[in-house]
Formats: sequence, structure tokens, C-alpha cells
Amino acid sequence: MRTHHLLCVCVVAALLAGCTNDRGSPTVAATTGKAPAGTGGSHAGDFGPPQGEPVHAVLTSPPNVPPPTNRKAPAKVIVDLEVIEVDKEIAEGVQYTFWTFGGTVPGSFIRVRQGDTVEFHLKNHPDSKMPHNIDLHGVTGPGGGAASSFTAPGHQTQFTFKALNQGLYVYHCATAPVGMHVANGMYGLILIEPPEGLTPVDHEFYVMQGDFYTVGKYREKGHAVFDMQKAIDENATYVLFNGAESSLTGPKALKASVNQKVRMYVGNGGPNLISNFHVIGEIFDKVQYEGGTHAQENVQTTLIPAGGAATVEFHTEVPGNYVLVDHAIFRAFNKGALAILEVGGDARTDIYSGKQVDETYLSDKVASTEAVSIAAQANAAGTLTKEQQIAAGAALFKGTCSTCHQDAGQGIANVFPPLAKSDFLMADMKRAVGIVLNGLTRPITVNGANYDSIMPPMSQLTDDEIANILTYVANSWGNSGAVVTKKQVTEARATTKRPEGAAH
Amino acid sequence: MSGHAVHSVLVSIPAGRFESVLPPAAGIKEVSVASFRIDSIPVSNADFANFIHRSAQWRRDRIPRVFADTQYLRHWESATEPGATLRNQPVTRISWFAASAYCEARGARLPTWYEWEYVAAASETQTDARKDDAWRQRILDWYSTSGRGPLPDVGQGVANAYGVRDIHGMVWEWIEDQAGMLVSGDNRQQGDPDTMRFCGSGAITMEQKENYATLMRIAMLSSVQASYTTATMGFRCAADRVTR
Repeated sequence: MRTHHLLCVCVVAALLAGCTNDRGSPTVAATTGKAPAGTGGSHAGDFGPPQGEPVHAVLTSPPNVPPPTNRKAPAKVIVDLEVIEVDKEIAEGVQYTFWTFGGTVPGSFIRVRQGDTVEFHLKNHPDSKMPHNIDLHGVTGPGGGAASSFTAPGHQTQFTFKALNQGLYVYHCATAPVGMHVANGMYGLILIEPPEGLTPVDHEFYVMQGDFYTVGKYREKGHAVFDMQKAIDENATYVLFNGAESSLTGPKALKASVNQKVRMYVGNGGPNLISNFHVIGEIFDKVQYEGGTHAQENVQTTLIPAGGAATVEFHTEVPGNYVLVDHAIFRAFNKGALAILEVGGDARTDIYSGKQVDETYLSDKVASTEAVSIAAQANAAGTLTKEQQIAAGAALFKGTCSTCHQDAGQGIANVFPPLAKSDFLMADMKRAVGIVLNGLTRPITVNGANYDSIMPPMSQLTDDEIANILTYVANSWGNSGAVVTKKQVTEARATTKRPEGAAH
Repeated sequence: MSGHAVHSVLVSIPAGRFESVLPPAAGIKEVSVASFRIDSIPVSNADFANFIHRSAQWRRDRIPRVFADTQYLRHWESATEPGATLRNQPVTRISWFAASAYCEARGARLPTWYEWEYVAAASETQTDARKDDAWRQRILDWYSTSGRGPLPDVGQGVANAYGVRDIHGMVWEWIEDQAGMLVSGDNRQQGDPDTMRFCGSGAITMEQKENYATLMRIAMLSSVQASYTTATMGFRCAADRVTR
């Protein structure tokens, strides 16, 4: 107990130190407390004309997020975003031609404040093959800017909008065929901060899911090309965070420390699939959907629609690797939807112990495994008796054999043959050793009844254990027979072939 | 380096009717195309240089800005010569005005959208291969590669059923009725189909809704104005059946 108390004190001290040193403002208290009243939406989002000199928006590549705007008044914000078509790895050894906003998938993160007037410049690189445009879900106006930003290769366009609604919004290309432009990676996030700003946190990350469709198979080496039919069928080859299988793993894993507050801006570019966003080993303290101000708390998995976004927040307590997945879990393990958050720091065994026990478990039917170890020791010492074998065999029988043959060896009529008073069993104990080791898949007749079930091989049992089980069976429930020795089993194992033992 | 120059010939295309992805009006599915002729290959840099030698007002250093943007023929070695490596590649960074002038000097014109689409629907074996998934995927493959590498020489592609080459997989191509592509830059608008003929809600007006390859041509053509030039936009000429 003493050590536990000491540990607690240390952690609290570290927590306090972290708060004041990093930001100069408290990080913990801010989320609790009053629920915000309604924001009034776009109708209440116009704070008047922009003030002061125009500012250039800081754009960041994923997983980085621009710093808070820290503005108290509406500004004119200039956003310069360049469309570039780039060849990059989608998986190890697999190249793909991505169409990008700013050279990355997802595109550059844009951060403005509610009420800002945004002068948007879209530049289409001269090497681009395609015309492109941008539809920002944070724009109020037809098409979200798409028609106004339609840009030929080697050209640039400009349009202006006022950011009336706060929230986290997807942007994407809306040039025909829209699905293909989105499937090639043309999406990103724009954060429109509430006028009062967001509460400070220790880390902000930018993560965006997308599904990809290639003619080749998952991880098929070479240059993968877009497969329109698979896209129409919504049969994704890859489901990825940040546009590549290794974008957030290994050396590129997200990094934080214990006792920190982490905020992730999580978007889903689609084009087709809904994300079931989950961080293995964490619970989101808070999830804010889209531009919502009423956070949901204590969320395990959150849906993020294609073309939608959520802000998730959690506090780190225990060090280790936390795996970000799409919990439609085949996407994680067979299509690439995996990312890692590495949390460093001292262990917190009071919260999570790590593995404390790893031992054999034979289900609650096993009265005691003591007899088994006594028999094993006695055998090693050369003093094993028939009674010790029977006692050990009885313990092993429960949980291993009794599942099918039942506790009193009576079996189940027509399905599992009886062992009690079994003419088949008692006729040939050497055969019985072979059946336990190798299983049995042919029809047999036991006490006049026919059985045609499959018994899996039990070769995972040791020679000791099999000898003891059979000795027990041969001397129980009205059977009376000889002892089966370990040596007999060892010989049978050495002279017959079998598949892997069943993992009972 | 670039092998033998391949010279374009005007190939005769028989008249016909087909379902365009851009129906001329609501309820009308088929479009009639009168017989016409079209270049078997795109116009090369060498071809265009010959034109410029005779019509110096189309040189990059003399062309009025209203007829071409600043990138017009900027990749050429000089105002009059493309340079050896570019000679047999398709001419690009070319404005609609310059392309039209070139064709006019030959007693020809740019193909209309329907003419271009009609010819471009052909595979090596079929005049309308648009339902051939494998053929369509081959076209789409071009869009799945970046535009950074050098362009291939003209005339290397396999001829389609009409004897026309390189209509897919090489460059975008100007069409005569460019200004008539009244297509919204936001192709998803669900508005009036008369004003927004190809809406991305595609299914409403796009007769061949899966024909993404054609859709991308339309998107590209509708993103540019007649003075624009891009690194992957070239052209070929067409002519009525009886010329002059």
C-alpha cells in the first residue's frame, strides 16, 4: 500500500508540472462545467466586416494541425491551396497517383475563426492532367465554392466566403467524376473555431480516413490504378488513415505522453465507407460531431460518415501503443486502416497492471489440477501408482473429455459414444491410445449403436496426461481394466502421424 | 531520337446515330452525325511549327494575350522551333484560337464535340465499344498516371475501328464548339437540366452514366477558356465530307 500512495503523489505532481510548464494555462478543468447554449448557427455567425490587415492562413500537412488563431475579432484570411497530382506509396512497394490538395492525403488542414472572411485561392499545378475545384462544407453558398473554384491545369481561381458556422468540416474536390476525384485523395478538413476559441490541449492531431479502389489486389506491388467498377461496387481495396498504410505507424506514429490531453480532428473523406472510429485501449472522454457544441461523453466507437468529421478528445493515463482503427475490423487488419499513438511515460499499474497471470485454464469443471501434478512428479520419480493415475486422469477428464463424453462417460445417444461399459473401448486399449492422440473420423459401433461423429486429435495433451486419462476411463463407471503407461503413449506418438492437436 | 515523323491523314468517318453522354435536349437520346473527316493523329509540334513559319502572328512572342495565355508554347526551344525531342510529340500548351487558326489554314476546322465523341467511342474492333469494360478501364488507366512524364510521339498508338490513333491515352483535345460546353464547374448541381446539361447527379442527364472517361473529357473542356493553354491539351482537325 505504501508504494501505491507514493506513486499517486508522483503522478499528481507530474500532472501539475505539465499543466503549468507547457501552456501556462490549466488544461484539465476547461472541459467540465457549463454546457454551452445554442450557437445560433449561421444566422448568428456574422460578426461584421473583417478587421485589421489580412492574414495568411497557416496550412499544415497531416497529422499536424495549425496553431489556434487566437483572434478576438473577425479577420480577412487568405488561403492559398495548391492542387498537385503526385505519385506516392499507398502501401509498401505499391505506387498510386494521388490527386491532392497541397501534396498530401488528406489535404492541408485549414484553421479559421467563426466570422472570418476567407479569400480562397485555388491553384492547379501546371503538371496536373485534370481540372479541379473545391467544395468546402464550411461554406454557406451554392456548391460550397465548387463552381467558383473550377480551375484548369496551370491556372488559379479565387472566391471569398464568410465562415458563418463554427465546427469541423470536410472539404473535397467536386469535379466530374466527383467519386473518382474523391477516391484519389482529394479531401481534407477545415476547422472553423468558435469565437471564444477551443480549450487548450497538449496535442492536436489531424487524422482522416479514406477508401481506395485499385485494379490490383491489396498490397500487389507496382503502380496501382483506379478501378472504377470496384468504386461503384463500394468494394474497397484499401481503407486508410492519412492516405497510406504506413502514414501513422513505425517512426511516423503519433506521439504523446501520459497525463496529457489529446485532441484528434478526425475526418472521413470516403468516397463510400462510413468510419467506425475507435482507439484500442482508450475511451473518448468527449466526442463532438461535425460542428456540434453538445459533446457526447465516454464514447468507445464513433461513426464518422463519408463527408463528415468529429473532434475526439481523451486523456492519457497509461503508457503504451494505442491503435487507431476502423472497427469494421477487417478494414483494419486486411485493408490497412491502422494507425498508432505511442504514449510514453511511467507505468501506472494502479490503473492498468499489465499481465499478472498466465497459466493453464481448464474451465470451471476442473475441480483441481493438484492430482495431475502429483501424478507427474510420481511418474518422474518412478513411484507412480494406479490410484494416482486414476486421480490425475479424473481431473483431466473433466473439461477435456467430458464436454462430449459427459461427466459419467455415458456419452450422448447417437452423437458421442459412451465410454462407460464400452465394448469398443475396452476391446483394445492400444487402439484407444491412438484414437486420443490422432482423433477418429470413421463410423464405429459401440454397444450395438452406430456413431459417425468426428473426434479431434488430442495430441496437445502430454503422454503423461493421456496415460492417466485412459487409466481413469478404463477403471471407472463399471469398466475394469489395466493401467495405460506413459511409455505406451510415447511409442504410439512416435509411430503415428496426426494433425495439430485440438486446442481445448 | 524520335524516329520517323508520322503524317496525319484525314480519315473518312461514315454518318451515324449514337447516344451521346450530352443529350441535345431533354427526352432526345440519339444524336445524328453527318459523315465527316478527321485527322488520324493529333497535330504534332513539327506540324504546328510549319504553320507558324507561314503565319508568324501565332508565334508565342507575337500572339495577343487575348488569344493565348502566358504559357502558350512556352516549352518550345524558341518562338519558332520546338526542338528535336518535341518534334513528333503532340503539340500542347496551345489555345483554342491557335488550334482553330491552324485547322483553318488547312481548309479544315476543329471537330465538334459530337464528332469527337462519336469517333472516341470506337475500340480497335468496334465503332461503339463504350460497354466494353476492359476497353474503358484501359482508357481510365491513363487518368491514373501523373502528367509529369514526357508525352509519347504521335502515331504510336493502335488505330481504332475508323483508323484513328491516339484519341485516348495521349492528350486532351480541343473541340470546335468549346464555348457551347455549358457545363457547370460544380457538376453535381441538381438544377435546371437546360442550363446545367451535365450535372453530377449525372444519372439525370448522363445517358452513359458509367462512362467516366468521357465525363472527364467534358470536365476538362469545361474548365478551360479559349485562350487557356495546358501541358496536356492538344488537338486534331476535322473537315466536312466535301471541303472547300
